[in-house]
Amino acid sequence: MKKFLGVAIAIAALMVLLQGVEDLPPWGDPNQPASLHVSPRYIEKSLTETGVPNMVTAVLADYRGYDTLFETAVIFTAGVAVLMILRRSAP
Amino acid sequence: MIRHQEDIIIQTICRMLIPFMQVYGLYVLAHGHGSPGGGFQGGCIFAASFILMPIAYDLDKAKRRFTERRTILFCSLGVFIYAGVGWLCLLLGGNFLDYGKLSAILPVGPVMARYYGIAVIETGVQITVMAVMVSIFINLITSGRHEEEMRNTHD
Repeated sequence: MKKFLGVAIAIAALMVLLQGVEDLPPWGDPNQPASLHVSPRYIEKSLTETGVPNMVTAVLADYRGYDTLFETAVIFTAGVAVLMILRRSAP
Repeated sequence: MIRHQEDIIIQTICRMLIPFMQVYGLYVLAHGHGSPGGGFQGGCIFAASFILMPIAYDLDKAKRRFTERRTILFCSLGVFIYAGVGWLCLLLGGNFLDYGKLSAILPVGPVMARYYGIAVIETGVQITVMAVMVSIFINLITSGRHEEEMRNTHD
């Protein structure tokens, strides 16, 4: 019974999520909002605003600086977690 | 666990290869601005050179260079550099991680200050990635017994 309930909840959640996917723009559509506003802004202004010739680096480290900061924090956390699991003090 | 084994071919090749790998890791970091690369990739290459050393040589010798204290210090140092640059921008009157404000303390304009701010935070990323890789490797290979002399258990 419990397992059946879990499967039913999962299927219901899947239906809700698929409902949301319906509203997304088609894949690769040049007229979707992300292509019309976000990408041209980065393509046109990233060099003059940051002085970095590599657009990917400009987005990664400047426009999305928070993202990269916490990616680094995630790696740090992973290292500490491995340490906590594996580390044994000397007997 | 790695058994200590002398192999002149592997040791010579590694001795020649490791400096080039480290220079290449720094190149990937420094050229993250102009070509594919950056802190994550450069840190992995850098860590690979440090991992090659215990594989080719002696684990004890490598562990003397990478004490647990030192690896953990470097793990946190990278995140500290990154967040520290963010806080520095905050102290200079900008938003968090708004590198343009670094032009107040750097002898360059706001645009080039962003360029150098990105270079500094990528260095922080590289230090963290390198130290975490080395730390995970040493902990796996010694089964968590970091500071013991591993050779005694095999001879």
